[in-house]
Amino acid sequence: MHNDSVGIVTPQVARFDVPFTLASGVTLPGFELVFETYGILNATASNAVLICHALSGNHHVAGFHAATESVPGWWDNMIGPGKPIDTRRFYVICCNNLGGCHGSTGPSSFNPSTGKPFGSSFPLVTVEDWVRTQAMLADHLGIECFAAVVGGSLGGMQVLAWSYLFPDRINHALVIAAASKLTAQNIGFNDVARQAILSDPDFHGGDYYQYGVVPARGLKLARMLGHITYLSDDVMGSRFGRLLQNGGISFGFGVEFEVESYLRYQGEKFSSIFDANTYLLMTRALDYFDPAHLHGNDLSLAFSRVRARTLVVSFTSDWRFSPERSREIVKALLDNRVDVSYAEITADYGHDAFLLEDPHYHALIRIYMQHITFGNDDGTPGL
Amino acid sequence: MERRDYKTIATWIENGGKVLDLGCGDGSLLNYLIETKEVKGYGVEIDDTKILACIERGVNVIQVDMEAGLSVFESNSFDYVILSQTLQAMRHTEGIVAEMLRVGREAIVTLPNFGYWLNRWQLLTGHMPMSKEFPYHWYDTPNVHFCTLDDFEEFCMEKKIRIAEKRILQHGRQVRFFPNLFGNLALYRVERG
Repeated sequence: MHNDSVGIVTPQVARFDVPFTLASGVTLPGFELVFETYGILNATASNAVLICHALSGNHHVAGFHAATESVPGWWDNMIGPGKPIDTRRFYVICCNNLGGCHGSTGPSSFNPSTGKPFGSSFPLVTVEDWVRTQAMLADHLGIECFAAVVGGSLGGMQVLAWSYLFPDRINHALVIAAASKLTAQNIGFNDVARQAILSDPDFHGGDYYQYGVVPARGLKLARMLGHITYLSDDVMGSRFGRLLQNGGISFGFGVEFEVESYLRYQGEKFSSIFDANTYLLMTRALDYFDPAHLHGNDLSLAFSRVRARTLVVSFTSDWRFSPERSREIVKALLDNRVDVSYAEITADYGHDAFLLEDPHYHALIRIYMQHITFGNDDGTPGL
Repeated sequence: MERRDYKTIATWIENGGKVLDLGCGDGSLLNYLIETKEVKGYGVEIDDTKILACIERGVNVIQVDMEAGLSVFESNSFDYVILSQTLQAMRHTEGIVAEMLRVGREAIVTLPNFGYWLNRWQLLTGHMPMSKEFPYHWYDTPNVHFCTLDDFEEFCMEKKIRIAEKRILQHGRQVRFFPNLFGNLALYRVERG
């Protein structure tokens, strides 16, 4: 473990025993959110940074759960002492979103009123629902206003929602590799992914838990498809090309090309750690997100309450959440005279680039974060 | 350090105005205008390193290629659009000037004068001019469209762009006598004609 790691972390659970009405109209009698924190909350609770996770993410952003673990949290290269989001200065929080499968209340959770897992009875949630529950977690932790809310992809959508739902509770917004709505192509990809899960015989209408099976084949296919779209053609080409596993073709349908082996491995791995119902729910939340829709498809109008200083970041080779989508966000913020900066990072890795280490990208986030001031803070790390 | 051209630009800008600085570099002009005129400012820049410099200064900066137009900016959304010593390096001269006057109520263009006597002298002696304004060799210059002050003014007339005010400087001092010969830097405040 390096000394720029937050080290061993222990997830915590916050329980909310109040009815919570979702955008769908369904009311949950209560719910739990599992979350992690890194760094120290200052006396005025003004140095808090909220990280919003994406489709397959969870609350475990940085550090390790045990000394024996070799793989750290999903954004460990970004968060830690001396890292771009410096935990010597900031108190960083991330929760597993409602409907998740890593400890927060979701489809695989036990429903106390039936004595069985929620399964198909778990309601659909939206990006705005998530943000409202995150605000409840902030209340629980005594945080009135975040120094920054940060997220990539679906996480970036949550950051946008924070900006217009709670303009007084967010000072800076970092919206990375995001979009203000999915394109038809994107919704199409999500639908194919869902169909793979829904048509798996082990799905049982979403209530597979009671049959002791999981729709692993469907989830694996969904992930394989997703994975293709998160990478660029160039990077797949340079990593795999037409490399064959056994040096020649064998006139069959088994795994012959390297890329097939890689995708199957990724799909396999993912289907063993992720819940299919959560995958369905999260992709639907992605599809539904469209803040402009309630404002006559005018994104500028949807952002009229936004006050947070904003950094929008996109990646040149990201075709799933392309720079064009980020520029739409920038334009709507500019139309509202919001303080906004926009950087387009030259990167080969497609949508996944937001999770990877890149000197320029990380320098940008580091400098931006260093510039954020709060309370009596003078901008220097507190150690 | 206070630059004379910055000072002149500042005199043309009303307190609290909304300013877009195209090719804003490290954000120093915007920073100066924020400090002296309390403007609401945004810069446009393409270069990665300069983007970082702007963020470091706390100046808003948008990384887009101006050559592709200014579509992220709404028409008439700025009081002033500034293009400081960048026009000569633009490929689409007409396009960018039209875009500036679409987005801004006024445009401020500053230009190095290719007709400055020292440049003419260097050409007479058989060489492409090199100076503080033209620090590049002919083979490594990013500049593609050199012009003299007379050329620029003719261009404005042709394109029905009204020159509301101009200031010609020689090393920071105002020039009134044969400006196209003795001015090395020109500042223009222009509007739709």
